[in-house]
Amino acid sequence: MKLWGYLAEFDSPAQLIEAVRTLRAEGYTHFDAHTPFPIEGLAEHMGFEENRVDPVHVMAGLAAGAVALGIMLWANAYSYPLNIGGRPLVAWAAFVLPTFEIGTLGATVAGVAAMLVLNRLPDTTHPLLAVERFHLASDDTFFLSLPASDPMFQAEDSWRDLTRLNPVALEAVLTEEGA
Amino acid sequence: MDTFQHVTEEVTHIALHPGARRNWWILMAVALLMLGVFFVSTGWLFWLGVGVWGLNIPVNWGMDIINTVWWVGLGHAGTLISALLLIMGRHWRTSLNRFAEAMTLFAAMVAALFPILHLGRPQLFYWMLPYPNDMALWPQFRSPLTWDVFSFLAYIVVSFLFWYIGMIPDLATLRDKTTSPRLKIFYGVLALGWRGSARHWVRWRQAYVATALITFHLVVSVHSGVAMLFAAGLVAGWHSTLFPPFFVQSAVFSGVAVVILMAVTLRHAFHLYDLLTLRHLDILAKLLLGTGLLTAYGYLAEGFHAWYSGNPYEMQTLNDRLFGTYAWSAWGSIFLNILLIQLLWFRRVRTNVPLLFGIAAGVTVGMWLERYLLIVSGLYRDYLPSAWHVYETTWPEWGLFIGSIGLFGVLFLLFARFLPLVSMFELKEDLQREEAAE
Repeated sequence: MKLWGYLAEFDSPAQLIEAVRTLRAEGYTHFDAHTPFPIEGLAEHMGFEENRVDPVHVMAGLAAGAVALGIMLWANAYSYPLNIGGRPLVAWAAFVLPTFEIGTLGATVAGVAAMLVLNRLPDTTHPLLAVERFHLASDDTFFLSLPASDPMFQAEDSWRDLTRLNPVALEAVLTEEGA
Repeated sequence: MDTFQHVTEEVTHIALHPGARRNWWILMAVALLMLGVFFVSTGWLFWLGVGVWGLNIPVNWGMDIINTVWWVGLGHAGTLISALLLIMGRHWRTSLNRFAEAMTLFAAMVAALFPILHLGRPQLFYWMLPYPNDMALWPQFRSPLTWDVFSFLAYIVVSFLFWYIGMIPDLATLRDKTTSPRLKIFYGVLALGWRGSARHWVRWRQAYVATALITFHLVVSVHSGVAMLFAAGLVAGWHSTLFPPFFVQSAVFSGVAVVILMAVTLRHAFHLYDLLTLRHLDILAKLLLGTGLLTAYGYLAEGFHAWYSGNPYEMQTLNDRLFGTYAWSAWGSIFLNILLIQLLWFRRVRTNVPLLFGIAAGVTVGMWLERYLLIVSGLYRDYLPSAWHVYETTWPEWGLFIGSIGLFGVLFLLFARFLPLVSMFELKEDLQREEAAE
C-alpha cells in the first residue's frame, strides 16, 4: 500500500474555508475541498480561478453554427440547386433557425464535454471514493484532501499542519501500489 | 430546523426506501396499460400504413401533428421554470426544477415520435438529415418542416444534458447512500465518480449556467419553429406573423398546467408535503393565470387579425372555427383556457389543491382542443369548396394519443422512482444561504 494523501473532515463550511485559507498561506497548492453543495467563495480562497468552460461553449457554438450554415448553403445553392418560382438560392434568412439550433447543440455538447474533461471525470476509481467516511461528502460533511503529490507534502509535517486546523477527523488515504 | 442530513434523507428515501410502493405501482399499472395501447396502435399503423388514420385531403394533418404540437409545448414550461429562474436567481424553483426538466425531456421525446410515425415509411426517417447519399439528394433547408428536425434534435439533446448534469451531484449522493451493491454500481456509473471537489463545482457551475442560458433560448426558437410550420404556409387561418410568439407563450401556459398536475400528483403519491409546499402551488397558479391571460390576448389578436385583413378566406376560416363543424373545439378551449382560469384570481382557489388540479387538468385539455381547432378547422374548408371535406378520427389515432400519455407516464414514473426527484444539493445550498443570512 502507498500513501495517497490525507483527508480531514470539518463540520461547517466556515471551518472548511478557514482551513483552506490556512493551508494556502502555508504554501500548499494541490489540496482540494469536497462539499455536498457548491460553497460561495471557496474556490477563490483556494486560489482557483479559471473559466475555460464558457469560451468552449461560445467557440463550439459558433463553429457548429458555421458548419450548419455552410452545409445548407452548399447543399441548396451549389450541390443541388432547386429553382422554385425564381426565389434566391442563397436564402440566408431561411437558414437562420437551423443554424441557431445546431449552434446551440454544438455549444452545449462541447461545453459539457469540456467540463467533464477538465474535471477528469468520469473517474469512478479515485482513491478518495474508497475511503469509508467519504460518502458523507455528498451528504452533510465538508472534507479537505491533501494529496502526497503536493510539492510541499511531507508525511509528518503535513499531518501536523492538518492537525493544527482542528478537524473533526483526520485520516491517511492509502492506495494500491501502482494504482 | 432542517439540516443538510434531513434533506439527504428525505429525498434519497424516495429512491432507496420507497414507502409509497403501492401508489407507485397503481400509477405504473395504469401507465403500462396505456403503453400497451401505444404498441397496439403503432403496430397496426406499421402493418397497414397511415391509411388507418382518418387523414385525407384537405385535412392531411390530424391528430398526429396536433399531438406533436401539444406535447412539445407542454415541455416548454419545464425549461422555462428551470432555466429562466436559475438565471434570475429565484430559489423557490429548487423543489420543482428537477421533475420539470424530466417532464420537458420526456414530452419532447414523445412529441418527436409523431412526425416520424406520420412519415408513412418511418424506417427512412434518417432521410431528413443531411448526409452524403448515393441519390445525391439533400433536404430542403428552406422548409420549416426541415427546420423542425433540427429544432427537435437540439431540444432533446440539450434538455437531456441540462437535466443530467444538474443531477450528477445528487446521483453521487444516491451512490453514497444506497446499501444495495447493484444500485451502487448503477448510481456510481451515472454519477461519473463525482466527489464534490471545489474545483469541479466551479467548472460544473459554469457549464450548468451556460447550458441554462442556451436551453432558455431554445424554448423561444423551438416553438417558433413549430409555429412556422403553419405560418410559413398560405393556408387561411395559419398564415400569420402572430403565430411564433403566440405559440411560445401558449406552450408555456399548457406546460405550467402540466407542472401543476405533476407537482400535485408527486406531492400526494410520495408525501412530499414539506418540499412541494402550498407556496409553490400558489406561485405556479399565478404563473398559469398570467400565461393564460396572454393566451386570451392571443385569441383576441387572432380574431382581430382575420377581421382587419379584410381577406374573405380569413374571415371564412374564423367563422368556420367559431360556428363550423368543429365549433366544440373553439368554445371548449375558450371555456377551459380563458374563462375557467379566472378563478385563479382568488387565493383560496390557488391554495385549494383539488380545485387547482381540476383547473390545470382543464387547461391541459383546453390546450389540446386549441391545437385541434388550429389544425383541423384551418384545413377542412380550403380555398376550393369542391375540396371541402371533414376529418373523422379513427381508433388508431386515439390509441396513439392515449398511448403517448402512457409512454410519458412510464418514463416519468421510472424517473420518479429511481432518480433524485428533487435537487438535494440546491436545497442544501438554499439552507446554507438562509443560515448565513441569519
